[in-house]
Amino acid sequence: MTASLADVASSNVALRNFLHGLPGVDRVGADQRAAMLGTRSIKTTAKAWAIDLAIRMVDLTTLEGADTPGKVRAMCAKAVRPDPNDPSVPKVAAVCVYPDLVAQAVGALGGSGVKVASVATAFPSGRSSLDVKVAETAFAVAAGADEIDMVIDRGAFLSGDYLKVFEEIAAVKAACDRVGDASRGAAHLKVILETGELATYDNVRRASWLAMLAGADFVKTSTGKVQPAATLPVTLVMLEAVRDFLSATGRKVGVKPAGGIRTTKDAIKMLVLVNETVGDGWLDPDWFRLGASSVLNDLLMQRQKMATGRYAGPDYFTLD
Amino acid sequence: MFEYAPAPESRDVVDIKPSYQLFIGGEWVDSEGDNRNKTINPASEEVLAEVAWATEADVDRAVGAARKAFGTWSAMPGSERAKYLFRIARIIQERSRELAVLESLDNGKPIRESRDVDLPLVAAHFFYYAGWADKLGYAGYGPDPRPLGVAGQVIPWNFPLLMLAWKIAPALACGNTVVLKPAETTPLTALLFAEICRQADLPPGVVNIVTGAGETGAALVNHPGVDKVAFTGSTEVGRLIARSVAGSGKKVTLELGGKAANIVFDDAALDQAVEGVVNGIFFNQGHVCCAGSRLLVQESVADELLGALKRRLATLRLGDPLDKNTDIGAINSAAQLAKIRELSDLGEAEGAERWSPVCPLPDRGFWFPPTIFTGVAQSHRIAREEVFGPVLSVLTFRTPAEAVEKANNTPFGLSAGVWTEKGSRILWMADRLRAGVVWANTFNRFDPASPFGGYKESGYGREGGRHGLEAYLDV
Repeated sequence: MTASLADVASSNVALRNFLHGLPGVDRVGADQRAAMLGTRSIKTTAKAWAIDLAIRMVDLTTLEGADTPGKVRAMCAKAVRPDPNDPSVPKVAAVCVYPDLVAQAVGALGGSGVKVASVATAFPSGRSSLDVKVAETAFAVAAGADEIDMVIDRGAFLSGDYLKVFEEIAAVKAACDRVGDASRGAAHLKVILETGELATYDNVRRASWLAMLAGADFVKTSTGKVQPAATLPVTLVMLEAVRDFLSATGRKVGVKPAGGIRTTKDAIKMLVLVNETVGDGWLDPDWFRLGASSVLNDLLMQRQKMATGRYAGPDYFTLD
Repeated sequence: MFEYAPAPESRDVVDIKPSYQLFIGGEWVDSEGDNRNKTINPASEEVLAEVAWATEADVDRAVGAARKAFGTWSAMPGSERAKYLFRIARIIQERSRELAVLESLDNGKPIRESRDVDLPLVAAHFFYYAGWADKLGYAGYGPDPRPLGVAGQVIPWNFPLLMLAWKIAPALACGNTVVLKPAETTPLTALLFAEICRQADLPPGVVNIVTGAGETGAALVNHPGVDKVAFTGSTEVGRLIARSVAGSGKKVTLELGGKAANIVFDDAALDQAVEGVVNGIFFNQGHVCCAGSRLLVQESVADELLGALKRRLATLRLGDPLDKNTDIGAINSAAQLAKIRELSDLGEAEGAERWSPVCPLPDRGFWFPPTIFTGVAQSHRIAREEVFGPVLSVLTFRTPAEAVEKANNTPFGLSAGVWTEKGSRILWMADRLRAGVVWANTFNRFDPASPFGGYKESGYGREGGRHGLEAYLDV
């Protein structure tokens, strides 16, 4: 990070001046650009390629109060082998669960290569003390989580207390370190902005920069519990932010739209957005993820349709 | 690499006849002359069809048919005329895919634009003026404004069907009848529109379409039976028309060239400004009279903006106009391509720095890569003359006053764009820019309710909106 950027978090005033000095986002223009990219027509070989990439980018998610070890085990089996009849279907990127189920997921996935992500920091509202948030993060990391999906304190952000948000992210980032286990690196930190509550695109851009400055490895749109969630224009604004952050600091940050991505069409639109905003460098599960659950079956259905020319009914794809 | 596979729109939806006649008095009739003209697909140079080349005698017949129809058409209650216009608008919507494909074939513009911009605007224009037909007494031109008579209309090749709509919809709504001459390189959608007039049972002679080139246009403009002349095209031809109709008593509207400034301030939303600059000059291959062909950028953000602009240009997709993912289509004609090349070479010779993204051009057809010139001075010809192609001249300014001065320092005055997050500056600029349209934080946005027209050498009269009615009423 450049020296000037290291100073921006020295005080709330400095942070505010920096974030409010970023170029604005014109809502009409951003919506139009996203809508135009949504008209791209991805067919035949391009579609087949995009479907497999999208499957590899899925963070298969279950975040319900009713989640059980059994449910998580079933989801993990699907993550490793999304279509039991077709071994050519790639694995998904990760599963995403609550902290108390991380150990179950780690056990079920074993050495499959599918990562375990855990939400933390009083997900989804983020309304708790910093100590609790840090402790929850440490708990999930200790249980073996590869990735932590934290939520920011939207109340603090909207009230202008950017430094509080910054320091929380930094503290959670520190808790991602795996103390005493040199064999594994620190857990990757995804910072959920909950863009549906930030409301304006200017806020989305500022929150993205704030998270990246504080050490986020990924910026993520939403918890999935608030509407609107991962819209195309919000994802566009976040992609622009990671692109600009890379050129300003040399550090690359990933993006994860989550919530509301239900169809293959939705997923492919996201990939087009990545392709034409930040390019090839982000078209990889290490740098772009799709937080979703129901989209996987639609991707499988479209994949099979492309291979066989026929649609199979929903009962031919597993529900886990 | 995410390579988009070809996604061509099917051309089977259009049925192009090998040969077309003239549309006069509601019938297809042969030209009295023997001259025929081939219209080609500029993306492949393939001949699409042969069209008649109307002679003076043909124009005379067409004006006669329009005159004959004027009596009943103008006497018809506005609410009845509206029914025909609404019907035409609906048929255009129903047949929009066919019209869009035909437009892209004949003109070379990407199907994404003909489908998502041209056709929706064409239908909207007919719907809008259909709504005025029975409300002319409330338009501000007196309680019962009268039509002018026969309108002779000559339109360009850049938006063939949209310019037809801009001309025909208000003329018919006001009770005039028309003789329209489409451009010689893009006659096909106008001829399909003639079919649509028949499908809508429009009374014979209300709309007449005569195809041809400059001589046909001159015959139409100079015909003594024409009461109103409407022209969209080059300033050069506009001058000729103004000269030839002077003293004739004909009412004239001219919509001519432009050299619009797209002005980006340092507090602009940069990503959207970049999109606006791209849309301003590369929309429709830059074949847009109101194109933002001069980028005026504040010096303090010039490097940043240019960097972002070049990055963005590298993602533009040039190629087959019928591919749904194409952003930049073909240049409309060999003649236009030659003109763009000539002015671009001149820009280099004058000392401006030329840049284009890596952009392979197809072997056949007329193509020009998106191009920007930096280091351009006000005195360079590429900063003064209309290129009418995908060529952007970049100039810088230091203060708002300097931006206004440079923006206005052109013989044209059709449009301008202002990019800033500061509302008060937008208003301050709009007050001072001598341009018919000033877009704020957007560019090349059109709406039938919004008047469009120029200052200075960009022409006179307004099209669109309530203002557009004046051109077709005896007021």
